[in-house]
Amino acid sequence: MDLNYSPEETAFRDEVHAWIEANLPSDLRDKVLSYGELTKDELLGWHKTLAKKGWIAPHWPREWGGTDWTVVQRYIFEEECGAAGCPPIVPFGVRMCAPVLLRFGTDAQKQRFLPRIYNGDDFWVQGYSEPGAGSDLASLKTRAVRDGDHYVVTGQKIWTTLGHYGDWIFCLVRTDPKTEKRQDGISFLLVDMKSPGITVRPIVLLDQSREVNEVFFDDVAVPAENLVHEENKGWTVAKFLLGYERMGTGNIAVCKRELARVKELAARAGLLDDPRFTDRLTRVEVELMALEITNLRFLDQLRGGRPPGAEVSLLKIKGTEIQQALTELMMQTAGPLAPIFRPVAPDAPFDAFTATLFPRYCNVRKATIYAGSNEIQRNIIAKATLGL
Amino acid sequence: MNFEYSDEQRLLSDTLRKFLGTGYSFDARGKIIASPAGFSDDVWAALAEMGILSVPFDAVYGGFGGTTIDMLIVFEAFGEALVVEPYLATVGLGGRFVARGGSAEQRARILPALIQGKHKMAFAQTEVDARWDLRRVTTRATKSGDGWVLEGDKRAVLHGGSADTLVVSARTGGAPDDARGISLFLVERTAPGVAVTDYRGLDNLRVADVRLSGVRAGRDALLGPEGDGFGLIEDVVDYATTLVCGEAVGAIKYAHDATLDYLKTRRQFGVPIGSFQALQHRMVDILISYEQARSIACLACVKIDTADAAERRRVVSAAKIKIADAARHVSQEAVQLHGGMGMTEELKISHTFRRLTMIAQAFGDADHHLARFGAAS
Repeated sequence: MDLNYSPEETAFRDEVHAWIEANLPSDLRDKVLSYGELTKDELLGWHKTLAKKGWIAPHWPREWGGTDWTVVQRYIFEEECGAAGCPPIVPFGVRMCAPVLLRFGTDAQKQRFLPRIYNGDDFWVQGYSEPGAGSDLASLKTRAVRDGDHYVVTGQKIWTTLGHYGDWIFCLVRTDPKTEKRQDGISFLLVDMKSPGITVRPIVLLDQSREVNEVFFDDVAVPAENLVHEENKGWTVAKFLLGYERMGTGNIAVCKRELARVKELAARAGLLDDPRFTDRLTRVEVELMALEITNLRFLDQLRGGRPPGAEVSLLKIKGTEIQQALTELMMQTAGPLAPIFRPVAPDAPFDAFTATLFPRYCNVRKATIYAGSNEIQRNIIAKATLGL
Repeated sequence: MNFEYSDEQRLLSDTLRKFLGTGYSFDARGKIIASPAGFSDDVWAALAEMGILSVPFDAVYGGFGGTTIDMLIVFEAFGEALVVEPYLATVGLGGRFVARGGSAEQRARILPALIQGKHKMAFAQTEVDARWDLRRVTTRATKSGDGWVLEGDKRAVLHGGSADTLVVSARTGGAPDDARGISLFLVERTAPGVAVTDYRGLDNLRVADVRLSGVRAGRDALLGPEGDGFGLIEDVVDYATTLVCGEAVGAIKYAHDATLDYLKTRRQFGVPIGSFQALQHRMVDILISYEQARSIACLACVKIDTADAAERRRVVSAAKIKIADAARHVSQEAVQLHGGMGMTEELKISHTFRRLTMIAQAFGDADHHLARFGAAS
C-alpha cells in the first residue's frame, strides 16, 4: 500500500495542471468559482476545448478517443479540474449515453453518435423521471408505439436537468404496457429534441434558478433506428447506466475546493475562533479526508475494468452529505446578510459572492435527492452488498 | 499509488488470522481474561514465535523492519479478536520509545529481548488530573548523586502490572504544564520504591496504578535528552493513537459482521428482522462508518512517519476524530440492533462495545482531537 504518487503520476499531474492553467479562460473560471449559471455555450465551449486536447472521454475505449489512463490518472485529472475551477463536464453525453452506446449500441449508432458526443456537437440530456415515476422508476408511463419505421412517443418527463439546453435526449419509454413485470416493457430511445411535438417547460427551483425542466412529448415521431438495445429490454440498459450516474469521483476535488472556501469565509467572519463552528467544520473535513481514501480504495478495485457496483452508492451518500454540510457552513458565514440574493437597488452596497451562499445552500439540497435518493442508495447497498 | 497488500503483508495477515482463529476463540479469550494475570503467556510466546512482536523493529535487533501498514494489519486482526495481551503497551508504546529515543546501549539491551517475548513494557504517563494533556506531569525527578530520585503517582497505566520496564515521564524542570522540563526514565517494575496496583479494566485490558516513592534512577535510565522528552512523548503517543485506530477498525469490522449476521438470523413477526427497512438503513450506515474508519486509519498509518510534525499531528487527530465517532456509532448501533442479547456479557458484541468505547477515549477523545486538529491546521 502506497498513497504517494509515483514520479510518473506526479509528472502527469504537473502536465494536467499546466495545461489547465494555459487553457481555462479566467472569466469562465471566475464564473464557476462564484457559482454563476453557466450558459450552453460556456459548457460546450469547455467540452470542446477538452475534446480538442483529447481529454474529454478518458474512460472510453482507445479507438473512440479514450486515453487509456489508469484509475489514478483519471483521479488526478478530476482532482486538477476540480481544484482549478473548471466547468463541470456535462455527464449526460460522454459519461452516460456514450457508455450505453458502447455497450449496447449497433455499429451504425456508434458511428453516428459517438464522434458528435465526443466533439460536443450536441448537448445531451436525460429523460428518466416522470411525475409518477421518481424513485420507483420502473413505473414510468411515457408511451412509445411502433408505427412502421418509427415510434410515436407520448408522455411527460420531469426533472430534466438542463433540458432547456438539450439537442438530444435519451429516454426510457414504455413499449409494452401489458407485461407482468413492469420492468419488462421498457425501451431505451434516443430522441432529437428538435422533433415536432416536444415542449420544454422550466421548473423554478427554491433558489430561483432554472436548472430542471418538464419535457412533454405529444405524438413525437422517433425513427426506429434510434432504439438502443432490443425493444422491451431498456431496463437492462437503465440498470447498467445507474452505476455510471453515481460515479461522481469529481465531487471530492470540488468538495476540497469548497472546504478551502469555507475556511477563507469563516476566517473573514471571525468564525475560526469559535470552537462550535470549527468543530463542525473539522468533522466535515475529516469525513472528506476519509472519503478521498475510500474513493481511491474503490477505484483501485475497479482497476481490472470491473463495472462499478454498490460501493458507488456509498460514495454518493457520503459525498452528497459532505457537499451539503459545506454549503450549510458556507451560508452561515454570511450571517445576517444571508437573505440578500440580488441587489435591492442599483446603487445599494452588494457583495455578489455573499449573495450566492444562501441560494447555493438551497440548491444543493438536491444532491441527496437526485441520481437515486440517498434512501434508494441505502436500499441498493442493503440488497447488493449486505444481502438483506 | 496503490492499495494492495504485498505478498509479505498477505502472509502476515493470513498467519496471524489463522492463529487467532484457532487459538483465540471467544471462549479461549474468556479463560485468559479470568486468569490471575489477565493475559496469556502462551499466546505471548506464540506471538514472539510468529514474529508478531518484531514487526516494527529494525532487523539489527532481530526485527521484521515493517511499516506502520504492517502494524495496521496486526491491529485490525487484534481488534476483530479482541486480543487482551500487552502488545500495544510493549510494542506500540515501550518499544517505540526505545527504538525512537533510546541510546544504542538501551536499544541493544531491550529490543532483542522484547522481540523474543522476554521483556514487556508499559508507559507510565497519566496522572490524576491530567486528562489528555501530555504536558501535565507533576511526578518529579530530583538530581541525586550521579542520577535522579523519582517521586509521583501514575494512574491507569496500560499493562503496567506485567511490564518488566516502565517508561516513566517525570519533571526535571519547569512548571507542571510546561512542555519543557519533562524527562523520560526506564524504571524496572520491581525496583525499590515502585508500588504497582494491577486491576482489570472494564474493557478487559489490564491497567495499573503506579506509585513511585524515592525510586533511584541512574544515568543509564534516562531515555533521550534530559528535560526535552516532550517531543518524543508526542511522537510515540501519536504512533500508539494510530495503532488503536487500526484496532478499532478491526473491532468495528467484527461488530458489523456480527450485527449483519444477527439481522439475517433473528426472526420476529415471522420474518428475519433484517427485512425491515428501518434496520437495513441503519446497517448500511454501520457499513459506511466502517469503510470511512478504515480509510482514515490507512491514511494515518501512511502519514505517521512523515518528518513534518504538524502534518503528523493533523492527520493523527483527524483519524482519531473519525475513529472515535465511528467507534461510538457502530458500537452503540450494534448493541441496539442485537436487542436484549446485545446487553449480555455472554455475547462477544458486548465486549466489542466496551473495547470500542475505550478506544474512542484512548489517547484523547474526539473533543480533544478536534481542538488539536484546529491547532495543527
